[in-house]
Amino acid sequence: MRKTTTALAYALIATSVSAEPIEQRIAPCLACHGEKGQSETENTPSLGAQHAPYSLIQLFMFREKLRVVEPMNEVTKALTDDDLRLFSDFIAKMPKPEPPGENGDPARMQRGQALVQQHRCDSCHNGDLSGKENVPRIANQREDYLAKTLGEYKDNSRHGYDASMADVMAPISPEQIADLAYYIARMR
Amino acid sequence: MMNYLTVPRSVLLSGAFLSAFILGAAAQQAADPPAAAQAPAPAPAAGAPPPAGTAASPSLPPGSPLIGRPAGNDAAAKLAPIAPPPIPAAPDKLPTAKLKVPAGFNIEVYAAGMANARSLALGDKGTVFVGSRLVDKVYAIVNKDGKREVKVLASGLYRPNGVAFKDGTLYIAELSKISKIEKIEDNLDNPPKPTVIFDKLPKDEPHGWKFIAIGPDNKLYAPVGQPGNNVLNDDEHGLIRRMNFDGSGAEVIVRGVRHTVGFDWHPETKQLYFTDNGRDWMSEDVPEDELNRITKVGEHFGAPFCLQGNIVDPEFGWGKSCSEYTAPAGLLGPHAAALGMRFYTGNMFPKAYRNVAIIARHGSWNRSKKVGGDVVIAKLNKDGTMKSLEPFLTGFLEDNKYIGRPVDVLPMKDGSLLVSDDYNGAVYRITYGKQKTAGKS
Repeated sequence: MRKTTTALAYALIATSVSAEPIEQRIAPCLACHGEKGQSETENTPSLGAQHAPYSLIQLFMFREKLRVVEPMNEVTKALTDDDLRLFSDFIAKMPKPEPPGENGDPARMQRGQALVQQHRCDSCHNGDLSGKENVPRIANQREDYLAKTLGEYKDNSRHGYDASMADVMAPISPEQIADLAYYIARMR
Repeated sequence: MMNYLTVPRSVLLSGAFLSAFILGAAAQQAADPPAAAQAPAPAPAAGAPPPAGTAASPSLPPGSPLIGRPAGNDAAAKLAPIAPPPIPAAPDKLPTAKLKVPAGFNIEVYAAGMANARSLALGDKGTVFVGSRLVDKVYAIVNKDGKREVKVLASGLYRPNGVAFKDGTLYIAELSKISKIEKIEDNLDNPPKPTVIFDKLPKDEPHGWKFIAIGPDNKLYAPVGQPGNNVLNDDEHGLIRRMNFDGSGAEVIVRGVRHTVGFDWHPETKQLYFTDNGRDWMSEDVPEDELNRITKVGEHFGAPFCLQGNIVDPEFGWGKSCSEYTAPAGLLGPHAAALGMRFYTGNMFPKAYRNVAIIARHGSWNRSKKVGGDVVIAKLNKDGTMKSLEPFLTGFLEDNKYIGRPVDVLPMKDGSLLVSDDYNGAVYRITYGKQKTAGKS
């Protein structure tokens, strides 16, 4: 099913003409990333209210294969600079993701919160982890995607645009990554 | 105890006290180490975990880039490294008209459309080579039938910030290896892949990107930065190394270098001068970036123990004294990110510019009121220390925001000067006097 959707997305984005309204062009993206800014697809990030400068950098990196995620490299391949800007600007206006309905386990929540403070995530991502400019909104991002991304920054398999996250992640353990992702996904 | 500690903290942070502090109060500073740049911690809310980096919760992990950042300080929380836009600005969107040079000088666009244009090198036949840091490319600006054209020479490279040229060969420094392409100017349209000459380099991302250059001793010089904002260096970090053109005979010549991204040899003394970036999160105003000079092999320039030649580091300076290290030849501004520097030996600029060091300051991020984002002129005393620092190219900073950020400078054979701008992916050319090709005056 996932494969089919992705294949469909390639086809649609690649053939879509820039004359089409953005709502139509971005629809295949949202099939995986969530129509209301909130992703329900495993390991696939919610895009809602993501800052345009950050999204633009990621889309550019996908297109140039500086960040390797095959489906994303494929769908961005034929996009122009203006397309990248258009998509980034549209994403920024979608509603931000919401925390899950249930409160998290208090002990884990507290551990995660302490780690956020200890590692000064707020230093770049803001106190509420809403991000700014080239620093992404991470509050209420999917837990699986957060854990995966933090792990990839730590082992440098995801090359950041600059070195900031590799620098920050160096001293953080895998257990701590799990608690961080748990908390950030559920924070209110 | 807390009250006793908070008093010197606030005093240390005040600008009025600053110069006295720098000149003579090293001992006093050492009496109040990591707290020096920390605001007093706010009382934690009931049930909340204690804030990090305070007496109640002593530590950011060793090596954290955020050591020293005051907890719960709104002004500090606004500061984060600034990423340039990934897409180069179109030639008509470049800020050229806003850039200012001294009277009699002109500035024009030399070439545009090179995402993240960083270090520059000049070929024998006039080709300008341009490295990048955040993309995977090395570019060439080629003169062809009186028109300039940008070509991608190599792609798929990892943080290829450094470029150098000698006897027909282009040298490229990526994060953890140095490679070369021979006879590059004869093969600009279809260059072969670079061949690796040296790869015994660490892979750390922080301060891992490299500037390289070739010395008057016909050696290739390559630094390795300190692998974090304020961390100890092992034998493989915080140094400058030189090697033969085939990568053999590599030797470390100096240590205690936090991160140099620009160096050049004095035209008369042949001594190597290099810029070095100071640490973050200690305070708004100190430490300053350094202009250093190597007078002998084996010198240690202080990082991370002694900062700007006269401050022992609040964390690592215990038991150390700045007198153990080589002092800078001059200071280049707090957090200013002094990067590319070259001596000017050309004939186009007025006589006063002969043998001055021209320095590109990329501009601060770790400071509320930005510093740098300009090109400055450092004049030297007879003894080789810095006499003065004057603005040369300004205007990249508008309302405390960058509209461009200079990275490297490159004197051309005709005496004009190129300046790269990684924010806009462009290279500008500065000329003096009436120029046929000059843009605005």
